[in-house]
Amino acid sequence: MKIEGKRRIWKEYQKEIAGDHYFYVRSCVRQNFFPGSEKTFLRILKEVLDKDIYENPSHTTCSGIGYHSDIVRFETSMTMVARQFALMTEAGYKNLATSCITSFGLYTEILETWHHFPEVEERVRKHLKNATGREFEVPDNLSHASDIIYKFRNEIASKGKLRLINHITGKPLRAVEHIGCHYSRMFPIKGIGGAEYPYVLTGMIEEWGGEVIDYPERRHCCGFGFRQYLIQANRGYSIACSKKKFDSMRPYKPDFILTNCPGCPMFLDRWQYAISEMEGITYGENGFGIPVLTYEELAGMILGYNPWDLGLQVHQVPVEPLLDKIGIPYDQSSKFLGKDGKFIGKPASPAFLKFL
Amino acid sequence: MKQFGYTILEDRSIDIDRNDQRIREFLSLNDPSINACIGCGSCTATCTAGHFVDFNIRRVHTFLRRGEAHLLKEEIQKCMFCGKCQLICPRGVNMRNLIISINSAIERMG
Amino acid sequence: MSREVIVIGGGIAGITAASSLSESGSRVTLLEKEKYIGGHVKKWDRLFPSFRPANEVLDWAEKSMSSDIEVLKEATITSIKREGDKFTVYIQNDEPVTGKAIVLATGYELFDARKKEEYGYGIYDNVLTSADLEAIFREGKKIVTADGKTPRRVGIVHCVGSRDEKVGNLYCSKVCCVTGVKQAIEIKQVLPGTDVYGFYMDLRMFDRHFEELYFEAQQKWGINFIRGRVSECAENEDRSILIKTEDTLTGKPLKMTVDVLILLVGFIPSVETNKLASMLGLQTGDDGFLLSMDEHTQDNNTAIPGVFLTGALKGPTSIINSIADARSTALQVQVYLKSIG
Repeated sequence: MKIEGKRRIWKEYQKEIAGDHYFYVRSCVRQNFFPGSEKTFLRILKEVLDKDIYENPSHTTCSGIGYHSDIVRFETSMTMVARQFALMTEAGYKNLATSCITSFGLYTEILETWHHFPEVEERVRKHLKNATGREFEVPDNLSHASDIIYKFRNEIASKGKLRLINHITGKPLRAVEHIGCHYSRMFPIKGIGGAEYPYVLTGMIEEWGGEVIDYPERRHCCGFGFRQYLIQANRGYSIACSKKKFDSMRPYKPDFILTNCPGCPMFLDRWQYAISEMEGITYGENGFGIPVLTYEELAGMILGYNPWDLGLQVHQVPVEPLLDKIGIPYDQSSKFLGKDGKFIGKPASPAFLKFL
Repeated sequence: MKQFGYTILEDRSIDIDRNDQRIREFLSLNDPSINACIGCGSCTATCTAGHFVDFNIRRVHTFLRRGEAHLLKEEIQKCMFCGKCQLICPRGVNMRNLIISINSAIERMG
Repeated sequence: MSREVIVIGGGIAGITAASSLSESGSRVTLLEKEKYIGGHVKKWDRLFPSFRPANEVLDWAEKSMSSDIEVLKEATITSIKREGDKFTVYIQNDEPVTGKAIVLATGYELFDARKKEEYGYGIYDNVLTSADLEAIFREGKKIVTADGKTPRRVGIVHCVGSRDEKVGNLYCSKVCCVTGVKQAIEIKQVLPGTDVYGFYMDLRMFDRHFEELYFEAQQKWGINFIRGRVSECAENEDRSILIKTEDTLTGKPLKMTVDVLILLVGFIPSVETNKLASMLGLQTGDDGFLLSMDEHTQDNNTAIPGVFLTGALKGPTSIINSIADARSTALQVQVYLKSIG
């Protein structure tokens, strides 16, 4: 592998990421699957990087989930997104930061559509005015939250307490990076590193001391989509996509998987459980799975936050083996205690996949 | 094992790394003309059986050359040995001879 | 220096045009930007369809140039001016050259395979271009993987940078298909135990003996041809390349590992061609190559009297066709020179 070949491509696909004053829009579902992530993002931006980030309590879904399931029409989606822009403008912000990768894809698609077809933008302005009386300005900058963490990865590394190194062997941890399809596949120039060799997560891992693995099915979708997954009978297709990736990455013995989409870590984490139940296969060492992390969780780990504050207890594939490798201390007994110390309940152990 | 209401779909790609090429190699030694196929489809166009049953002789021949041997045995039952495919082939592939040989090849290989 | 004809470009077309012009009585100056003449043919090992050594053709070409022809190497053209019938070509760090006619023979460049990111040229160690392979043959080196081992499987990908809207080249580069078949046979000649797979969209065996070469490749050498365009390449742990394509003839996706992958890169108009075209105000086609006066009846002339075209700057072409075209251009130049007296 000639890494200079990749670096050349990474240099070509660069984009502007706003440096401060973000208007944050949340994901519909991430709070359920990875409860600590968005909170950690806000905490990092406010406490560690001292940035101004604001979210309006009355902001809504971008409707990406409905749009990609063919339930919501594009006109409706555009109007809902216009309302988000209106809230942003009213609060005096110009930089949009999205938590969800599908949101990022949808906002990019809408901004591109308006750029090429200004009459559509005019129409949407009318819709919004009629429906809510609001007016909006198009954001100056649209970034995904992972772009922002990428931009400040050096600062996070310098303020961080730990590196992505196996403190027992001294070697860098081996990481698989997985980009959400809506990040760079739709508009490769809007993603750092482009579509073939995306760099946003690779840059983070490299800066924080880890090693990125390039394995054959690296580019393959995890199978989330929306349409195929929502109907139970179709999930065989989705799970087969993730299984293909796991089978391909297994010989490389990765220490963890890093993702930047709400759906991908959910799939890559939960499908390891489903595959173990359906076929008895596990992909990690000693009957464990390969831990799946979001970039906020990883940044939080580097900065030394309590793993249970990051929400790592709800991962179906236990993250403890990875914490042990890095040397992050954690209190196993308080894993299933809530904020007030009350027991929140422990899930039943799977048949094959080791659970702690 | 648990059932969740769906099954993990199998990869349907032709995997040259895993396919068994022995039948093809055996037949190719016998009659090298089988390698000259360009996939023009003249054989299938003229095939007597192919006009009435789902039998695509060009496809069967291509599967053979890719090592997808598991499909062959059943498919070639449909051939009527009229020989028109051999008459028309612009590359001189001994198609009829090939079909006859496949059975003996499968028997040898098991 | 005043000479009758200035030929710009010292590749096979330029050399042939220069010799023909000189043989038929003109005084020729040949300008070449590199330190050597011979152009791309100098980089090839053996030519299709007969596998004759490229050096034979080059030697013939160079020997056929009479000593009358003035060859200026490392000549970078800065501008071209015209006064009546006289052209003056200004050369960097050298005296300008004048003439009554100009023949452009500035040829082509090879498509930069790194632009097809999905094939990993310049990233994966075992991906080469057809030009890299020719160099290996020419230098008498062995075909080996990056680890120095003999490859058990070699893949050849057709249409890299040609017939591809995504890189902006819709045209077919004509000669890569036969090059792929030729190289497949050459690989089998040195590595008989290696399996060779060609991945094509169409096989364009357009000239004499090309189709027979294809037949020989299949029947005699057992080379496999899979009709399907390679969509992506990935690197396995041992640095071999995993290819994904569709086997369109069976209608199923296909994947396989090859130890070495060869990319058949196509033609793009050369930088010099573009530069001279804008200097002279010549028209280019949608494909970026230069347009002649009339593709059927006046393919060597341009709309500018005294300016002629020959060779690959009009579009992808073979050496055989370039030589014929160069001679045809020489004839047109003589007709023109006679007409202006």
